[in-house]
Order: sequence, then structure tokens, then C-alpha cells
Amino acid sequence: MRKAYLDHVATNPLNPEVFEAMLPYFKEEFGNPLSIYDLGTRAKTAIEDARQKVASLINARPNGIIFTSSGAEANNFALRGIALANQEKGKHLIVSKMEHHSILNPARSLERMGFAVTYLPPDKYGIIEPDVLRKAITKETILISVMHANGEVGTIEPIKELSAIARERGILFHTDAVVSAGNIPVDVKQLGVDLLTLSAHQFYGPKGAGALYIREGIRIMPLIYGGIQEGGRRAGTENVPAIVGMGRAAEIAKRDMDKRYAHVKLLRDKLISGIMQTENVYLTGHPEKRLPGHASFCIEFIEGESMLLMLAMQGIDVASGSACTSKALKASPVLLAMGIPASLAQGSIVFTFGEGNTDEDADYVLQVFPQVVKRLREISPYSQGLGDKEAGKCIRN
Amino acid sequence: MVVEKLKFVEGVRPDVTADIVLMMCPMHLLTVEQKMKELKVGEVLEILTDYDGALEDIPAWCEKTGNEFIGIEDASNFFRMYVRKLSESHPDGKE
Repeated sequence: MRKAYLDHVATNPLNPEVFEAMLPYFKEEFGNPLSIYDLGTRAKTAIEDARQKVASLINARPNGIIFTSSGAEANNFALRGIALANQEKGKHLIVSKMEHHSILNPARSLERMGFAVTYLPPDKYGIIEPDVLRKAITKETILISVMHANGEVGTIEPIKELSAIARERGILFHTDAVVSAGNIPVDVKQLGVDLLTLSAHQFYGPKGAGALYIREGIRIMPLIYGGIQEGGRRAGTENVPAIVGMGRAAEIAKRDMDKRYAHVKLLRDKLISGIMQTENVYLTGHPEKRLPGHASFCIEFIEGESMLLMLAMQGIDVASGSACTSKALKASPVLLAMGIPASLAQGSIVFTFGEGNTDEDADYVLQVFPQVVKRLREISPYSQGLGDKEAGKCIRN
Repeated sequence: MVVEKLKFVEGVRPDVTADIVLMMCPMHLLTVEQKMKELKVGEVLEILTDYDGALEDIPAWCEKTGNEFIGIEDASNFFRMYVRKLSESHPDGKE
């Protein structure tokens, strides 16, 4: 059976060059970076080399990069670390409703600790409008976190405009760039952000490696105490192979970015125009301001999970949105926040391309997908007029 | 003994500042050691810290290494600690 992996927003295969770079650190180069003999100093040098490469990917200074175990850890670190370090200045945070759970749940946990949190609503494309942010700011606001790009609908947020508002008011600004960094240009100076989250496996690096960029001079409360690693800000013996892999992946991402971007964009555009030929199908997210390899839709009268299963039976691996959406069979909070009716949000499907995909993959999906939709609509209880025919207007207009 | 060394000062003008507020042991000692290497003899290092252990450890480090502990200034939720570099020698005796 033909296979097509189209879930690159979930994760990516490890680049073979990255794997090669990591190998020695699983074997003979096993030293602890804190040890003073050669084996240790070589591991330390490898980490610092990776730090320099990750910094270079986002135009930051190397000492602004703190390695973590994942993007989720970096997001938790940013929110909790900044909130707890600045609570004497104020106890109000602003995050968007587009955020990943690794931002939303730390925000909720901070609410339990006495902080107030405002959750910014997006527009119908998933964009957080600068005016919406401006109105949410209070004298107590100490941190704003809006993601750079959303993995579920692909929308790229106007971070430069949003961070400028924060800067005017002397408020720190964090962006979760997990799905964008390494895939589209990310420059911390151009974006004007104080903190930024990255994750290695989103750009063909290993799992288990993430980083938080922190602008120089910002105080942050560590999540993990008890060691001098990462300047005392993140204790624990470093995951040297993963960090080395992240560095090499960042170096390659910078080198190949234009090529990868053009490749996935071509496939995405082809898929979008092909899938839009099907009746009662709506593109979710912004039509232009979106990730280059990202195509997301709501398919009316169909439930997303059944599409995933039928596509998987044909060898096509795709997603239906966030984990809770797919595991708990409920409508995505992100799609609902964008004003998409629950009945339509059920039919969410997300295709994300990577450098390994080919034109034939897109053709194969375009051949199989309409048949799957047709078959499911034939057996769907919604297709007999129960569905809201007007539902899609909120996206279409 | 410790209290005797905790001289409160005001208006000391540092050449270099190291902000290690929210950092804990042993970041205060590692930072002092590293930053002192960057200073010329006679220059003053300012350490911003909220770690209680530093009140004892930094004066002790100065005594051990032959540098001058100038004193501390209370900055409401952290301390400013001042150290003057008196020699190029390292604590372990290496030049």
C-alpha cells in the first residue's frame, strides 16, 4: 500500500545528517559537561556549539538560549518563570485562545495561585488583532504570550505589531514559536520578543530537545533547581545527544529554509486548490498568512476522526487538530474560539507537508480524499439535512 | 563572625554588575569567580542576589581569595553586594 505521511506538525523524521552528528554522543563521547577532564570539556564544547547554532537560527545571542527537554517545558518555564519573578510588579497575564495547552494550562495553574489571566479571542482567521490586545492590558499586566503560528489552523500571528504594544507599556512579551521556528524565518529582534520557545523535532531534530530564548537582563524563576547547568536557570545533567542534534538541525534548517519553504508551499497550494473542489469544504485559518506546508479544513457533515481512520486505511497519515480534540472526540477549542460552529468544527482535518513529501503524495491524497468524503457522507446522519448548511459562512466570508 | 563582616554601604559605584536574583547555590560563587576574572585589579563587582547563603559565602570567598568585601546594600527584595578585586591570583593559587 502506498504511504503518505502528512502530519509534520505532529513531528518530523530525524534528518540523517542530524542523526550522524548525534551518534558519537550516545557512544564514546558520553562525558558529563560539568566534568573538568577532556571527556567532559568536549561534551561542554558540543553543547556550546549547539547553543551558538540555535541562537543563529533566531538571530539571538548564544547566552540567551536555555536548553530544555521540550517546547512544552520551555512554555511552562516562560509563563511560570516570568510570572513568579515579576509578581511584585503585577499579577495579570495575557495569553491568546489560540495557544497550545503548554501555555493555557500553566496560565490556569497561575490563576489558582492568585494571578489573573485574560484570554484573547482571535478573529475568524485565528488572528489576534492588535486592538484586542491593547484593550486587555491593565496596570497589573506583567506578561503577554501569543504564539507565532498555530499548528491547528496554520495562521501566523502579527507578532511584531503585538510585541510593539507590549514594549510601549513596558510589559514582557513571549511567543511560542514551536511550529514556526526552523520552518519559516524567525528573528527575535525583528519580532521584538523578549522570550521565544522552540522545539527541535519541529525542524527535523530529535525529540526531547527544546529551548527558551530569554533576552539578556530578564529575570526568570527556574522551574528546576539544584544544578549549575544552563547558568543555574535549568538544573539537570544535559541531554547532550539531543542538544547536539538540535544544534545541527538548526544549522541545516537555516541552510535549507528557502528550499524547504518553496517545496512544501507548492504541495500545500496544490492540495488546497484540489480539496476545495469538494462541496461543503472550508479552509480554516488565514488564506495567506499561514505556515507554508499547512493545509487545514473543516469538512461539513463529517466527523474528523472517521476521516482520519479511513485515510489511515489508505496509508495517509493526517491529524484532526489538537490531542484533546482527537482523543476526547470533542470540537477543538481553537476552532470554536474562531467562531466556527461546533457541528462544523467536528469535521476538522489538518494536512502538513514536510521536505520528504512529493508531488505524488499530494496527487494520492487528491485521488483518495474525495472518495472518503463521499463514502462518509453517504453513511453520515448529518448529511440528511441535520447539519447547518449556513455553518461554513463564518469561514468562507 | 559573619555579622561582623556584613557592613552596610551606600552609593558604591561598580564597574561590572552581575544579576543573579532568583539563582541559588552555587551560582553566586561561580558567578563571582567568573566575573572577577573579567575585572582589572582595583575594579568593583556588584552582585545582585536574593540568595541568603550569599551573605555568608561571598565575604568568605573574598577572605579566601584575598579580595576586598566592601559591603552590602539592601534593595528591598534583594541585596547588592560589592567586591573589589585586589589581585590577579585565583582561589586555587594558579595565576
